[in-house]
Amino acid sequence: MADMSTRLASLALPNPVLTASGCAAAGRELAQFFDVSAIGGVVTKSIMQRPRSGRPTPRMAETPSGMLNSIGLQGPGIDSFLANDLPWLREHGARAVVSIAGGSTDEYVALAKRLYREPVDLIEVNISCPNVESRGQVFACDPLAASQVISAVRRAAHPSTPIFAKLSPDVTDIGQIARAVADAGADGISLINTLLGMVIDTETLQPALGGVTGGLSGPAIRPVAVRCVWQVHRAVPHLPLLGMGGIMTGKDALQFILAGASAVSVGTAVFHDPTAPIRIIRELEAELDRCGFASVADAVGFAHRTPAEQAALRGTIDVEEINA
Amino acid sequence: MAFGAGGSPVTGGNQATSTESGPVQEVGEIFDVTRYGSYTQFTVVAPGVARAFQPGQFVAVAVGGPDTSMLLRRSFALYGVKPGTDFAGTIQFVVAAHGRGTEWLVRQPVGTKLDLVGPLGVPFPIPREPVPAVLVGGGYGSAPLLPLAERLLAQGSDIRMILGAATADRLFGQLAAKRLIGSVTVTTDDGTAGQRGRVTDPLPSAIEQLGAQLVYACGPMPMLRAVGEVAQAHAIPAQVAVEESMACGIGVCMTCVLPVRGNDGVSRFVRSCVEGPVFDAGRVRWADVGTLPADLHGADGMGGH
Repeated sequence: MADMSTRLASLALPNPVLTASGCAAAGRELAQFFDVSAIGGVVTKSIMQRPRSGRPTPRMAETPSGMLNSIGLQGPGIDSFLANDLPWLREHGARAVVSIAGGSTDEYVALAKRLYREPVDLIEVNISCPNVESRGQVFACDPLAASQVISAVRRAAHPSTPIFAKLSPDVTDIGQIARAVADAGADGISLINTLLGMVIDTETLQPALGGVTGGLSGPAIRPVAVRCVWQVHRAVPHLPLLGMGGIMTGKDALQFILAGASAVSVGTAVFHDPTAPIRIIRELEAELDRCGFASVADAVGFAHRTPAEQAALRGTIDVEEINA
Repeated sequence: MAFGAGGSPVTGGNQATSTESGPVQEVGEIFDVTRYGSYTQFTVVAPGVARAFQPGQFVAVAVGGPDTSMLLRRSFALYGVKPGTDFAGTIQFVVAAHGRGTEWLVRQPVGTKLDLVGPLGVPFPIPREPVPAVLVGGGYGSAPLLPLAERLLAQGSDIRMILGAATADRLFGQLAAKRLIGSVTVTTDDGTAGQRGRVTDPLPSAIEQLGAQLVYACGPMPMLRAVGEVAQAHAIPAQVAVEESMACGIGVCMTCVLPVRGNDGVSRFVRSCVEGPVFDAGRVRWADVGTLPADLHGADGMGGH
C-alpha cells in the first residue's frame, strides 16, 4: 500500500486529495456525505472582506463534460466566516485551507491580517479577481500585479502559514506568472482556476448566464490543467503545486501528480458525486500501487523523467545498464 | 429559514454514505416505468432515500450513465414513497423530457441502476393542528402535493386540490388526487380538460368555500407568484415549492439562489436546494428573480467584480 501522505510546503497532509475552492462551500454540507477530516483538506469558497450577494441568476449552464458558472463570489464576508465556518472546520478535524479574494492589494492584506491568529492551515490566494485600481485587469493575468499581491500577503500573514497563489489558465505564458509569484514569496502554487467561457441561449438569443461570461470547469478543461501543471513544474520545480481542473477519478488525480502536483483539489466532480473526494483517495491509492510507487512523493513530477530514468527509479532495470 | 427547520431527522445509521442524519447517496434500481400523458413516472428501489422522506423533498439523479458528459444531477420532487417493511423501500418521481439529461432518463428501462442523492431540501411545513387547506399544482408540480395531501388528511385536515396545466396531456396526478380526496378541480389553458383557464381562477372560491387557512403549491414560478398573490389577498399564507435549476442539489454550488426576505426583514440570495425548495410565498421577491436588487444583503459589496 502506497504511503498517501504528502506535503504542501510546511503543511503535512495524510493524503493528497482536497476539495476545490467554490465547490465545497465551507465543508458543512459535504459532512453529510463523508468525514471531512478523512480528506487532505477542505479548501473554502473564496472569502472577501464584506458580505457579497453574488450575481443575478441564471448562474449556471451545463456544457459538454463541464459547466459554466457565474456566481460572483457570493459569501458572508470574513467576520461571519471567522465566527461560524472556521470554528466548524476546526471542530470537525478538517485541515482548513482558506481561499481569500479581493479587489485591491489592500483588501488581500486586510484578509491575511484577519487570519493571522486564526487556526488556518494554508492560505490560497485567489488572484483571478479584477483589480479595481487597474481598470479591472485581473491580477492573475499580470505578473507585476500578481507578485505585488502575493508579496504583500506573504508579509501580512502569519510566517508559519503557507501562502499559495492560485493561477488562471487564461494567460499567454503561465510559467512567467508562476516565476513572478515564486519570486514574490509564494510557498506554493494552486492551479488552475476556471477558464473564461460563454454560452448563448439560442431560444432567447441572449447570453445564457446573468453575468454574461462565466468560468468553465469539469473534465472538459482537464487537459488544459495538466498542461499548466506540467509547465509550472518546469518553471518553478522547487515549489509544491496543488493541481486541479476536471479531476473525476483516481487516474485523473494521478495525471496531475505525475505532471508535478504534490496534491490535488476535486471541484466540479463533487456536484456530480458528493463522495468523490473519498472515492478518489481510494482510487488513487490503487493507481499508485498498480504503478509500483511506494509513496505519493515518489510519483510527483515523475512524467518529467525520461523512460530510462523512470525504469531505473522503478527498479525494473539496473541503474548501471542506463549509465553504460 | 434554516435547513432542517421543517426537519428531516433520520434516526439510526444507514448503509449508504451518510455520516450524519440527512440525505444519502445510493444506487437504486428502476422497478417500474409508466407513461402519463407527456410525463414518465419512475418507481425506484431506494430504501435510504425513502426512509427519511417528507413531502416537499426531492431527489437528485445522475444522468447519462458511467462516463457521462452531463455532470449535473437532475432534481425531481418525490412522491409515492414507500419506506419499506418486508420489501425494500421505493420512491417515485415524475420526469418531463425537455433536455438531453431528461431525454436520457425517460429512455431507461426497468432494471437500470440510477445514482441517487436524497431526500433533499426543506419539506412542506405541516401545522400541528388540523387546518383547512387548498393544494394547487401546476403541471407535474402536483407530484409532491400527493403525499402532502395524504399527510394532511391523516391528521384530519379538510383539503381541496386544484390541478392545472397548459393542455390535458400536461396534467399529472388528477386520478390519484381524486381517489385520495374524493374530488379535484382541474383547469387547462386550452380547455382540453376541466375548466378552461388558470389554477388561480377557481382558487379564490375554493379558499372561501373551505374557509382555508393555508395554501400549498408547486409548479412554475409565474404560477407560484400568482397563487401567492391570491393567498395574500385572502390574508392567508402560501407555502410553495419552487422548480429552480440546480447544479448540485446539496447546497455547495450556489447556482439555485432566489431573492428571499428573512425573518429580520433583510433580503438575501438563498439556495432553493437547502433553504428551499419550499418557501413562504410572501417572502420570495418574485418580481426581482433574475435581477440583483440594490437592497439585497451584500449587493453593495459587488462593486468592481
